[in-house]
Amino acid sequence: MVELAYLAAAVCFVLSLGGLSGPSTARRGNTLGIVGMAIALVATLPATQSLAAFAGALVAGGIIGAVLARRVAMTAMPELVAILHSFVGLAAVLVGVAGYLAHPHGALDALRVIHLVECFLGVIIGSLTFTGSVIAFGKLKELIRSRPLVFPFRHGVNALLALLTLACLGWFVVAQAGLPLYVAMVLFGLLGVLLVMGIGGADMPVVVSMLNSYSGWAASATGFLLGNDLLIIVGALVGSSGAILSYIMCKAMNRSFVSVILGGFGAEASGPDDRAEAFSKKGVNRAGPEDVAEMLKSARSVIIVPGYGMAVAQAQHAVREMTELMQKNGTTVRFAIHPVAGRLPGHMNVLLAEANIPYPIVLEMDEINPDMVETDIVLVLGANDIVNPDALENPKSALAGMPVLEVWKAQTVVTVKRSLNPGFAGIDNPLYYRDNTLMLFGDARKMVDSLVAQLKGTVSH
Amino acid sequence: MEAFVQHITVFVLACFVGYQVVWKVTPALHTPLMSVTNAISGIIVVGAMLSLSPELSSAQTILATVAIFVASINVAGGFLVTQRMLGMFRKK
Repeated sequence: MVELAYLAAAVCFVLSLGGLSGPSTARRGNTLGIVGMAIALVATLPATQSLAAFAGALVAGGIIGAVLARRVAMTAMPELVAILHSFVGLAAVLVGVAGYLAHPHGALDALRVIHLVECFLGVIIGSLTFTGSVIAFGKLKELIRSRPLVFPFRHGVNALLALLTLACLGWFVVAQAGLPLYVAMVLFGLLGVLLVMGIGGADMPVVVSMLNSYSGWAASATGFLLGNDLLIIVGALVGSSGAILSYIMCKAMNRSFVSVILGGFGAEASGPDDRAEAFSKKGVNRAGPEDVAEMLKSARSVIIVPGYGMAVAQAQHAVREMTELMQKNGTTVRFAIHPVAGRLPGHMNVLLAEANIPYPIVLEMDEINPDMVETDIVLVLGANDIVNPDALENPKSALAGMPVLEVWKAQTVVTVKRSLNPGFAGIDNPLYYRDNTLMLFGDARKMVDSLVAQLKGTVSH
Repeated sequence: MEAFVQHITVFVLACFVGYQVVWKVTPALHTPLMSVTNAISGIIVVGAMLSLSPELSSAQTILATVAIFVASINVAGGFLVTQRMLGMFRKK
């Protein structure tokens, strides 16, 4: 009976992920996920040996989770996701250790060896997920500096930690003692810290996706330890989901997964651009909000490219107002989202949805790039590297080969930016010096507000 | 040993299912995908429940209780924040 209930729960979870194929089915998917979880919990109750401990911990954790979910700002979603990953990791460590303590000794046959290895894997994967996610959380919350930590023999130290852990596995299986398990837990925890410390801020979306994946594998390992198929299935679903997201993010940055994991990207600012002199001689085309508003009034089609800078400036609500005013004017307005815009896969979409911007006009890079040529104005708001033409045109650039939004193909590009400072990776952006680029210097929020004020002037009469 | 092979079978097949299903997720919903996977990986709470022993003060029970506590934060937090986010996606 319990197995059948677990099967039903597993089916619910698969359908819940399947529901996310489109916004219209997604809410039902989430509900199915909740149903699946409820079935799993109820089915496990008869085998639960201390209902009081279970109920107390469930209610306490549930309340904290609910408060977190209600309070979190959408800009802070990456931090929430990171800290939730750490909890899965921690739970895997605890269950793994409890699993060892339940049967600390046994005749060393094949089954016993498998059991010990499963226990060991659950603990070390959980430990790495836990510490890695805590560091990722700290970096995203800017409690820890986001520049990668680089020190001599970094890879050697990491490899040594991995080797020592392997030695602990041998020791653990032969001696069946707790000590090597705990030592390995600490070693892999340290490895998690070093791995994520070594990764720069620009690569955080990959790291968070990767930790998402690890949290799944940790759950699967626990499932193996307990011989529980439901945990194995869910862990595999989550693990592959995180792996696919990491892959998509890496592709969007034209980086290999290995190079992201080895870290160090963005540690040193790139040397001075040899075109710097030519750029400064040429200068940029400056524009004021009045000029831009005039252009927007007569434009037939406008594409807005939002970056994380837009969210930081809290400009998304003003952007929605501007969009509505332009639509009233008969202008086609669409949004172009780069896969790594924001700090989490899909982050920009959530931020725009929160500002009530309807999702059918929010398009992915591949969908909208071909339309750039026929677009009158592209408005770049707080984005930089994802619209850098160097990615396609300059093989020497650190961004070379990265797919970008080809905004320069539009008739006019308006870039709202505080100053000419280079972007996250310290890379110059020749977009700003193009003939068809206008620079609107200032805070994204203030600039959009004044564009709104200018547009209102015409729409009302 | 047979049981182990059976678990491996389930694991490998589930990886394929995950692969198929997740590729169909629209990129616009990748953040809700992460938060809902956060929630369902809280299924580890089941593992913690099975690890409880009747003795409240045993190390095993204490570890499992803490595990239930943190995994429940995931379950509640993950599902609720996903619901909140999905509620924001509007067609018009």
